[in-house]
Amino acid sequence: MSTLHRAEEADRADPAGADVLPAPAPPRPLDAHRPRRVWSRVLVGAALIAATIAFVYPFVWLVSASLKPRSDVFDNRLIPETLTFDNYVEVWNAAPMAAWLFNTAFVTVMATVTVTISSALVAWGFARYRFRGRNFLFGLVLASMMIPGAATMIPTYLIWDSLGMVGTLTPLWAGNVFGTAFYIFLLRQFFLGLPTELFDAAEMDGAGHWKVFWHIALPLTRPALVVVALFEFQAAWTDLMRGLIYLRDREDFTVPRGLKSMLDQFGFGGEWHWELVVTASVITTLPMILVFFIGQKQIIQGVSSTGTKG
Amino acid sequence: MSATVAARKERKERGSGRHQGRAALLFISPWLIGFAIFMLYPVLYTIYLSLTDYDVINDPTYVGLDNYRELMGDDKVVLAMRNTFVYTAMAVPAQLVLSLALALLLQRAGQAAGFFRTAFFLPKMTPPVAVGVLLLMLLNGQSGLVNEFLGWFGISGPNWTTDPSWVKPGLVIMSLWTVGASVIILLAALQEVPEELLDAARVDGAGWWTRLRHVVLPIISPAIYFIVVVDTIASLQSFTEAYTAFFGAGNTTYSNDAALFYAIYLFQQAFEFLHMGYASAMAVLLFLVVMVVTAVQVLLSRRYVHYTGGQS
Repeated sequence: MSTLHRAEEADRADPAGADVLPAPAPPRPLDAHRPRRVWSRVLVGAALIAATIAFVYPFVWLVSASLKPRSDVFDNRLIPETLTFDNYVEVWNAAPMAAWLFNTAFVTVMATVTVTISSALVAWGFARYRFRGRNFLFGLVLASMMIPGAATMIPTYLIWDSLGMVGTLTPLWAGNVFGTAFYIFLLRQFFLGLPTELFDAAEMDGAGHWKVFWHIALPLTRPALVVVALFEFQAAWTDLMRGLIYLRDREDFTVPRGLKSMLDQFGFGGEWHWELVVTASVITTLPMILVFFIGQKQIIQGVSSTGTKG
Repeated sequence: MSATVAARKERKERGSGRHQGRAALLFISPWLIGFAIFMLYPVLYTIYLSLTDYDVINDPTYVGLDNYRELMGDDKVVLAMRNTFVYTAMAVPAQLVLSLALALLLQRAGQAAGFFRTAFFLPKMTPPVAVGVLLLMLLNGQSGLVNEFLGWFGISGPNWTTDPSWVKPGLVIMSLWTVGASVIILLAALQEVPEELLDAARVDGAGWWTRLRHVVLPIISPAIYFIVVVDTIASLQSFTEAYTAFFGAGNTTYSNDAALFYAIYLFQQAFEFLHMGYASAMAVLLFLVVMVVTAVQVLLSRRYVHYTGGQS
């Protein structure tokens, strides 16, 4: 309830802030309906709390289920009747979880590092220089975002197949060395917001194109680079489709691909060990939750800017 | 590397358009190469493959428009297309209404907004595979949490995961869990609504609904439009959650025709049956459908989306 109280205070503080504007504030008719305002605040607070429970409870349910013995997984109790960490031991024996985690970490790091650097390079090329065909090429960057993945999926598979890379982790990240349209767009927006005089001055002092980019522009772009890195980290960690297409041996799986195979085997596959599926789901999800809490500010800012600038 | 050398040489000739162009070309070259290899060539090759029979082992054989003719008569393609449209038609409006409601609530949450925002966004971080697993668990007809909750109100919930008429609503409900990004985008848009306009509307006696309908929604319509377009494109291609929950090697217990999305059937044709030519024809059709739907949305936006000045 203290949150409600605070919300009320902030609500009151907000219009006061608006009143600082030079225009004389009209008398607020709201005060006339005081009791109604209070009720609406209570309703807003109740709705917020209900929604929060609905959004957070599935996580709680999942973690709780992973701490229950096999027979209790579906009992929907918040606190396990029998608390056990056996599932977290067992899941390591039932599946090559360590290999999956290592594979995913490798793919995710490679995908993130390569796409961040390459997208920044390309974005800088579009933001800093004027050249013939620039608008046309940047139009192509934007247009390529519209193309459904399915339209390129099969030939892309055939390319990796002809390189003998199917069955390895390479196709899961190597395409990223060429940059990604969406990130190029985001970073270009950011570069365009930086003062040109800075780069002109550096060039005047004899800094080359590369130096201006690497030593001046890139460090200034850090906030946007972090956003791109976080977005890609999530995308790479959670991707299932490419794991399904390119990975063959169980030891080579990523965690999402591995989780799917566990569901197929232990879930509706007949072995009926849902406690292992649930536990593997927690292990798959946990790194993303950690990433969110570490990069929360940047992720939220990044997401809100995609909407307003897109 | 070579960029450095080239750049050094050029430094004295700064301002010369040609050398600027060369530096620019070096910077954008990764994308140019990637675009040619992983975008342009694959799109063209998909179109070519759609006119062939191809099973990866033997060379493609040209069959003209046979694949497209077959597509039109394939009950499963029709089913998959219908499933996808029905799902999209339910999911996109439902997601929009929920995210708008949550954004409006967040706007009034005061100092606690940060906490609630985190709660609403967190599910968006969940890997879609795990969302598929959660769907099976939480929406399980007998023991699922959702039906237990409905039971408190005396409602006996349907078999979300096995009853064909409830599978897609179940997938929609699960998709609502991950609306966090739309909430954030709409909240950012709501905060741009000028307070003076709302005050003016209040003075004119406009109630909450009137202000929302005639002041707030027109001003945030670009953000709404953005979300509708992005969500529609994503829904038309949705794959992972439904595939995880209803398809794959192990599924022997669930009837899954109701969850057969277009992207799932395309994936099966390509990588399970190795009908690469047929799957390519399906991909071309999907491409056209996405283009047409997006074009319709662009046309509608001219009528309903209001861009205020000052937007770049």
